[in-house]
Amino acid sequence: MPKTSKTAVVAEPTRLTVRKTYKLYIGGKFPRSESGRTFVADGDNVALASRKDARDAVVAARAAQGGWAGATAYNRGQVLYRVAEMLEARRAEFVALGVSDTELNAAVDRWVWYAGWSDKIAQVAGGANPVAGPFFNISAPEPTGVVAVVAPATLLGLVSVIAPAIVTGNTAVVLAADPQIAITLAEVFATSDVPGGVVNILTGRYAETAPWLAAHADVNALDLTGVEHPELAAELERAAAGTLKRVIRPATGAVDFFADPGLQPITALLETKTVWHPKGY
Amino acid sequence: MFEYAPAPESRSVVSLDSSYGLFIDGAFDPAREGGTFKTVNPASEEVLAEVASAGPEDVDRAVAAARRAFGQWSALPGSERAKYLFRIARIIQERSRELAVLESLDNGKPIRESRDVDLPLVAAHFFYYAGWADKLAYAGFGPDPRPIGVAGQVIPWNFPLLMLAWKIAPALATGNTVVLKPAETTPLSALFFADVCRQAELPPGVVNIVTGAGDTGAYLVAHPDVDKVAFTGSTEVGREIARTVAGTGKRLSLELGGKAANIVFDDAPIDQAVEGIVNGIFFNQGHVCCAGSRLLVQESVAQELLESLKRRMSTLRLGDPLDKNTDIGAINSAAQLARITELTEIGGQEGAERWSPACELPDRGFWFAPTIFTGVTQAHRIAREEIFGPVLSVLTFRTPAEAIEKANNTPYGLSAGVWTEKGSQILAVADKLRAGVVWANTFNKFDPASPFGGYKESGYGREGGRHGLEAYLA
Repeated sequence: MPKTSKTAVVAEPTRLTVRKTYKLYIGGKFPRSESGRTFVADGDNVALASRKDARDAVVAARAAQGGWAGATAYNRGQVLYRVAEMLEARRAEFVALGVSDTELNAAVDRWVWYAGWSDKIAQVAGGANPVAGPFFNISAPEPTGVVAVVAPATLLGLVSVIAPAIVTGNTAVVLAADPQIAITLAEVFATSDVPGGVVNILTGRYAETAPWLAAHADVNALDLTGVEHPELAAELERAAAGTLKRVIRPATGAVDFFADPGLQPITALLETKTVWHPKGY
Repeated sequence: MFEYAPAPESRSVVSLDSSYGLFIDGAFDPAREGGTFKTVNPASEEVLAEVASAGPEDVDRAVAAARRAFGQWSALPGSERAKYLFRIARIIQERSRELAVLESLDNGKPIRESRDVDLPLVAAHFFYYAGWADKLAYAGFGPDPRPIGVAGQVIPWNFPLLMLAWKIAPALATGNTVVLKPAETTPLSALFFADVCRQAELPPGVVNIVTGAGDTGAYLVAHPDVDKVAFTGSTEVGREIARTVAGTGKRLSLELGGKAANIVFDDAPIDQAVEGIVNGIFFNQGHVCCAGSRLLVQESVAQELLESLKRRMSTLRLGDPLDKNTDIGAINSAAQLARITELTEIGGQEGAERWSPACELPDRGFWFAPTIFTGVTQAHRIAREEIFGPVLSVLTFRTPAEAIEKANNTPYGLSAGVWTEKGSQILAVADKLRAGVVWANTFNKFDPASPFGGYKESGYGREGGRHGLEAYLA
């Protein structure tokens, strides 16, 4: 039993901070890796996703896809805007993770920009076709389904690949590079009315999990924007050929995520459906 | 049934050479390696002509010619490129009778179809894309759209000239130059098209045609100086091409196989639905990637519909493709006939019930009677694999949800048909079908202004319409 001495100076006990445990984000929940593995990133233990985690994430993404695509475009736009609100409100957390104010502004603004596309893209990318005959003929874009994304490390990079994928009704399995930023963004999704499973985030080594997703028969598209090694990108693209996945290749040079992204990030993950019907009395 | 007097279209409008070279840099030229092969009339097995088989060196020469031509062609004002395409469209219209006869001779398709469907659409595609050539900045793919470069294009044998038009018209309109490889069983109309290009005074090298078999195509697709690959054909070959192109930076568009569901609800007008089913699967001998090869009928009308369908099938006329009364022509090749025969035998072995109308098959040539299988389940191979012949698998369903689930239960996603008088049902079902084209109360309609292409393993990209420009713009 410790003795207290009247002469000793009693220090005011310093408060220990409550640390955050960084886990995965699958189906709207934050599980640990089923493998029980972690790795250390910037002093934190973070979950090291396994191929089983990747498969679980695909199951969650597939389960959520129909409902998310079936929501009205107006509703999806509202949910995306809510993400921007939450992102704005949590700026301090991202600043603490080393994200600059400039990048945060751009990330929030980029998210708002994409939110507005939900109910406009069909008019820009679809239309009525003037066919030579008595037919009603209309083409409309539709989401391609479940998208596996190898994401860039920065917050703006993450936002620039996730928002265009989900705004049209796709769901995403995201392999994140910077775990703290990605999982903090997952907390933004979890509190933004984004249905569970629409975005799923795995942290760890993408070289380990990406090949499984590239070859997965229930993944419709593969975004390789964040892949840094051309050889791995080519290998993943070859694996994706087995199921004829749509592939977004990594850029050859450095990507300026601050630049206007254009429509390609959205349209690359869309199908076009054309419906014909006779006209007559 | 009364007999029809024969009404053959004359072959005399077409003069065939005994042998053809490759079309490279504006001139016909024998293959320097690779030799020759013969193309036959599938309705009679008569040899039509000998055609050059392009080896790697020949493909190299064709790609080099396209590369040389690219600078000037892409620098032309769009309005000038448009005029070349308009010229080509006009020449096709003027020579459409020749082309239709040639296509039927080489492919085996009924003249009624080559004359009334293929050729008008071929001309229409060139007219449509001609008009885009000087309006690309307004197409919605950015303010400064640019051509990609040299396009290597590989097309199938089921619609030889139409597929050529779908590939070449948008490529030229956007300022690309092309090397096109037609299928080895149907090279003649592409070689005829080379002559159309000469007549239109298209600059040499803008269009090059290399004939040959799969290895010629594989070499073209893998060629390091090809910037864009466009392929229409089987999903298996499409996969292989996607693997070849992976990591190279080449752009790729694919139009692959299908196993389309043609869904008939109980309130559908039966007679019209039967016409649509017949058109869906027996058009072009079922050699159609978007053919309605799986018929899904609501159980309550299945019997009535099948009786009507069988009655209608009994009136189909199979025989000489050049006879204007022919509905079903010849199967394109012995190899394709063997595949159809094999899969239909498996259908019988797996327990489905097979039926064909009484149908006399000619002694020579490649023929297959129109066939339906009833009692098919989703596990049967004839319900899963693309047969690419005049063979229909019939399944039934009870609820719209079941119909949608069965329709979508395939790795393919090219097309679908919906037959019902209820507008709300059409829209709801069309929404849920995972297919690039949905024909409601109609089937197999095509138009250059209308995008065409598949979901899932039916490929990526769209051909036709404004959407079709994207594949050829950087």
